[in-house]
Amino acid sequence: MATAASQQTWMQRNKMIVTPILFLLPGLLFFSVYVIIPIFQSFQISAYEWNGLGELSERGEFVGLQNYRELMSDRAFEVSLWNNVKWLALYLLAIPGGLFIALFLNQTVTGIRLYKSLFFFPFVISQVVVGLVFTWFYLPRGGLLNTILGGLGFDTLNILGDPTLATYGIIAAGLWPQTAYCMILYLTGLNAVDPEQVEAARLDGAKGWRMLWHVVLPQLRPATFIAFVVTIIGALRSFDLISVMTNGGPFGSTRVLSFYMFEQALSEYGFRMGYGSAIAVVLFLIMLIFIAYFLYSMWRDERPART
Amino acid sequence: MFPTPIQKRSEAVRVTYQVFLPIALILWLLPLIAVASFSIRPLTDFTQGNFWGWPSSFNLFSNYGRVFFESDMPRYMLNSLMITIPTVVGAVALSCMTGFALGIYRFKGNLLIFFMFIAGNFVPFQILMVPVRDLTVSLNLYDTKLGLVLFHIAFQTGFCTLFMRNFIKALPVELIEAARVEGVAEWRIFWFVVLPLMRPAIAALAVLIFTFIWNDYFWAIVLTQGPEAQPVTAGITSFNSQFVAQYHLMSAGSIVAAIPPVAMFFAMQKHFIAGLTLGAVK
Repeated sequence: MATAASQQTWMQRNKMIVTPILFLLPGLLFFSVYVIIPIFQSFQISAYEWNGLGELSERGEFVGLQNYRELMSDRAFEVSLWNNVKWLALYLLAIPGGLFIALFLNQTVTGIRLYKSLFFFPFVISQVVVGLVFTWFYLPRGGLLNTILGGLGFDTLNILGDPTLATYGIIAAGLWPQTAYCMILYLTGLNAVDPEQVEAARLDGAKGWRMLWHVVLPQLRPATFIAFVVTIIGALRSFDLISVMTNGGPFGSTRVLSFYMFEQALSEYGFRMGYGSAIAVVLFLIMLIFIAYFLYSMWRDERPART
Repeated sequence: MFPTPIQKRSEAVRVTYQVFLPIALILWLLPLIAVASFSIRPLTDFTQGNFWGWPSSFNLFSNYGRVFFESDMPRYMLNSLMITIPTVVGAVALSCMTGFALGIYRFKGNLLIFFMFIAGNFVPFQILMVPVRDLTVSLNLYDTKLGLVLFHIAFQTGFCTLFMRNFIKALPVELIEAARVEGVAEWRIFWFVVLPLMRPAIAALAVLIFTFIWNDYFWAIVLTQGPEAQPVTAGITSFNSQFVAQYHLMSAGSIVAAIPPVAMFFAMQKHFIAGLTLGAVK
């Protein structure tokens, strides 16, 4: 055996270790340089006052936790954080909404496939265009929404111009593609629901809500999990719609953390890279709670497969 | 099947369903239908407040013609293509390899690396913004398509690895082991055994990444700034400032910007949905 092993090259003997390393290397390298390392760099930058010019170590001024202390008394930060909470809570409506539409469309009538695609396709359009479309939909004069409201005899609304309404108007625009996404997840899930279980439950007299809750929803768990993941991530990532529809206004009332960070670090309001990074770190830590939970759930599912 | 198939319900329910289906669709797509109707009107309709009445004339060709011939729109569209396609190729190629390594081989840290890719894929963009912009500037790639492409490839590798690894993991192990017994080299197993089986996954990922990257806005405004390199999502803002309050042209521009991913979706629907709903069924 020893002679046989020595006849093999080093490469052949270790191929089960060397091959995966070689295959991982390019992807891992790219990912580390552009994603993993920048996360740590942002933590570092958040401890500096730096306008982004020159090297951080030369031109930046180390201020420790000063940026975070400043955040605590920053009204705009508070508004942004609060808006993030609103986004999170209301965005979750996409999940029951998507389920509802999926149940509505889960039939076999002629042309239903086309209906499903057409219901889904808001998701394929870029958020920038969705934002523009909804901005025109909300136009105080001539917008479709106010034309309808006026036709029904209601007062017209200037949704995006009203600090108390603007955020809700933007969230509604975001819910449109997100509901479509959840719908397609549930449609796929419904396809895989075991018909025998449904028939058996039907014979036992289950129907409507009880059937949905006790028989169908448990089988849709994987779809619900993914719907939660993508909706929560989507809510915390919201940026495009705000930037396009109100640019943070009126009076900064529609800012969220992601948008406020961009404003602080890269817009006409200044180039405060350190302060911006501190906001990004806060957003990252909020996201981390959810990421940790998602990873934990996935890890739990992985384990049986391993043993 | 749930809910009860409509065929088993009463005649009245069936008819109501058939009538309500198109109404629901029109309501759902109303904002979009509105924009489409804007895009064929003449300017005078808007100045006279005729937003919703019968158009005073149909200007489909002249409106879209102006988008194509009197603005930077074609330029932006071309930029988008030149950013999107290399990204798709790069991210799919890298993730075929990482997916193969993580899905086939058992080694220490396998799951850790896999989870790192997943976690990285979920982080908020803003935590990467300042360092990535810095890196791009120092590589002399600020305001270039290549700068955007490199970042997109790297970031999308996270999601693509998740996708590819799970797909490869579900392939029959016997196939690979049989090849190994035959003495086939590992890279040949990748190239001749696994890669051909990954075709559906590659197709699904390619269409998904195409739409994701085409629709990206945040990185476009962070890493580029002019018609030289900006993709259409960012370009449309300057387009709109060129045609302020000319709703007919702004609508036409938006529709043009939205068409490529929509066309991609309708052409490759099966793959697109298979990719998007991966994991929605166990």
